[in-house]
Amino acid sequence: MTAASLDTTARSSAERGALARARLLRGLLPALSLALVLAAIAWLNPRAISYFGFSLMLNLAIPIALATIAQMFVISGNELDLSIGTFVGFVGCVTATWLKDAPLIGVAILLGSIGVYALLGALIHLRNLPSIVVTLGMSFVWQGLAILVLPKPGGKAPDWLLAIMSFKPPLIPFPIIAALLIGLVVHFGLMRTSYGVILRGSGGNPAALKRAGWSLLKTKIVLFALAGLFGVLSGMALIGITTSADANIGNGYTLLSIAGVILGGGEFVGGRVSPIGAVIGALTLALAASPLLTFMHIPPDWQVAANGAILIIVLAARVLISRKER
Amino acid sequence: MPEGNADIIRLNGAEKHFGAVRALGGVDFHVRPGECVGLVGHNGAGKSTLMHMVAGTLTPDSGKIGVHGGIEDNYSVSRAQKLGIRCVFQELSLCPNLSVAENTRINHASLSGLGWRRKAAALITAKLDEIFPDHGISAWDIVGDLSIGRRQMVEVARAFTVTQDRLDLVILDEPTSSLDAHTAGQLLAFVRRFIAGGKSCILISHVLGEVLRNADRIVVMRDGKVVVADAANAFDRDRLVTAMGGAEARQKIAAEIAAAKPAAGPLRVRARPAAQKDGADLVARAGEIIGLAGLAGHGQTDLLLAIFAAASRARTGIEVTAPVALVAGDRQSDGIFPQWSIAENIGIRSLARLRNGLLISPRREAELAQFWQKKIGIRTPDMNNNIFSLSGGNQQKALFARALGSDAQIVLMDDPMRGVDIGTKLEVYDLVREEAGRGRTFLWYTTETEELDNCDHVYVFKNGRIVANLGRDELTEEKIIQSSFGDAA
Repeated sequence: MTAASLDTTARSSAERGALARARLLRGLLPALSLALVLAAIAWLNPRAISYFGFSLMLNLAIPIALATIAQMFVISGNELDLSIGTFVGFVGCVTATWLKDAPLIGVAILLGSIGVYALLGALIHLRNLPSIVVTLGMSFVWQGLAILVLPKPGGKAPDWLLAIMSFKPPLIPFPIIAALLIGLVVHFGLMRTSYGVILRGSGGNPAALKRAGWSLLKTKIVLFALAGLFGVLSGMALIGITTSADANIGNGYTLLSIAGVILGGGEFVGGRVSPIGAVIGALTLALAASPLLTFMHIPPDWQVAANGAILIIVLAARVLISRKER
Repeated sequence: MPEGNADIIRLNGAEKHFGAVRALGGVDFHVRPGECVGLVGHNGAGKSTLMHMVAGTLTPDSGKIGVHGGIEDNYSVSRAQKLGIRCVFQELSLCPNLSVAENTRINHASLSGLGWRRKAAALITAKLDEIFPDHGISAWDIVGDLSIGRRQMVEVARAFTVTQDRLDLVILDEPTSSLDAHTAGQLLAFVRRFIAGGKSCILISHVLGEVLRNADRIVVMRDGKVVVADAANAFDRDRLVTAMGGAEARQKIAAEIAAAKPAAGPLRVRARPAAQKDGADLVARAGEIIGLAGLAGHGQTDLLLAIFAAASRARTGIEVTAPVALVAGDRQSDGIFPQWSIAENIGIRSLARLRNGLLISPRREAELAQFWQKKIGIRTPDMNNNIFSLSGGNQQKALFARALGSDAQIVLMDDPMRGVDIGTKLEVYDLVREEAGRGRTFLWYTTETEELDNCDHVYVFKNGRIVANLGRDELTEEKIIQSSFGDAA
């Protein structure tokens, strides 16, 4: 009897060891894919691995990382945001016009747009609507508003924003510091605070959360409002880099942000997300997007397709590993 | 507090309806401090509905709830928790993506601020150590990685953790279903210590011995009502089984069937459940009505689906010699095409016969529908109306018409009478017997024991296996319950 129970304990702890290893492997996968892309770049063009090279290559990674974090909040509540790209574009247009010319109105518009995101969360929860449909509709609304604000490309970023985005810290390039900061802050907020647990739980088992007396309406509103907040930060960061705006500037971010979350170890349902993974996923995408392919002498016409191929390879590796986990 | 010896909770005349189905019909129920109340009954007897009301997750349509002697008008989950009432639900309510400590935090709003992770981990670890020594669970394990048994241990331990709210009553709904004998023993011993400390428990279990040994008082439910409530030592196993089943005489149908019994026809189905280890298999011949009994979810539906699949593609262990049709149990999700008319819903299983060249002949489809409307009595002015214009019982009739109107000689029924009124049921029973008399074979899974009276032969399932094979003359409710509740696991 004792021997038998000892035996089962030993076996189950071995099983759990295997599970923990698979989990660790999956957790390392985003970092691994980033290392792979970096190694490829170093091999193709050693001079790119330098302070200046990284500043240049990762320039656009900050807005992508912020948009990815925005998407991650929505995904942790088992929803999907198809409007984040055009929302980033809209924020960009507001930043390059109102925020510079009439800062008070600009701030009010941006805060109001975060409020709109919160309302969308409430609407999706109360009417039990599919978020894909609601946010797809909203993507056209944001796009239209962006065109109204800035009918043709132009505008100018506020000077303080330009100053922040062109900040050159010693030793470590700014994009890397910014990415680290974003990852750590969100990791603390979502993974370590007591309310972060409730937010993730709302994706893991909403019924259980409700039974414990928590409001699912509130969690959804908070998740969408956070998505709106990081969408605003993403749009502002983008304009701080490009210095002027265009209504279509963020359109690619919708799919990039979703890919970044998944690349970073997140899952579409079940509240399994990782903020640090998402930031790493965004960096990988930013590097794979153009620097790597340019160094590989892939003509621009083929870069989008090659980008997709890289994505499929990394995601396939992830599926293989999580299958082993079962 | 001047509550003295008041009941922890008291429900008077609690009623609950889900659509046309009456889940609870006027139940009085109470729990006193320092007692363990055992609650037993069949699937669908209303135990879970009643417990949801005690826990505040469901509000009764009518009736009163009183807690600690005071009437509660706006009773809810958070109110129940404040008053010290917790529930461990049958379906696990842990978040699989969170750690054990994080899941503990979800039940305790006060676990927040600096150091909450440490506090939550200490709280749950201490309780696990107390209830299940040598549990082998770390507070940082992700729940999704734990075995189902360990998850149940976490869930039970979590219900007994205390922070700022009081704790007087814990409802344990099938708490041992995923535990092995050793850990189940640890849990029940802890429950006794908990009761001895002046607290209370409600214990729901299908393992009757567990209830008899551990409860102070036993409440038996049937058909949404409390039928017996008495001190536990006034019960023995047989009295409990009789109370659950209600041994009223139902011989008349039996006599009818016995009279009309045809000689055994050719073999139609021979099937062995995938989990079956001994050589037992299910055999159905032409003209037979075969019942599949036992508790819900013990492999009956799986076997029906396997037989259905075997009809189109050979499978090992299953032999099917004639065309098959399935009447689904969950008609909304598995049976009905919501956008289609009644006639189209009936005709879909018989398209080959309704075809005229490449197209479906509307005339033949209408004929088929008319025939079955008359035969089975579907109450509608026009068979071209949408299927949702029908009441639930008539929708189910349309699904029967779909199966019986087809060329299928074997009809599989996956508990099709759920939530159907008694009038429709009797009409369909007659029809089934009539069709069986013409040589059709019926495999009938049902959770309602009365329906088994229509069967020539009943197989009782437990844990995906056939555990008993009862002929018409040996069929009694007690026998079915004895075999499906058998304590020997």
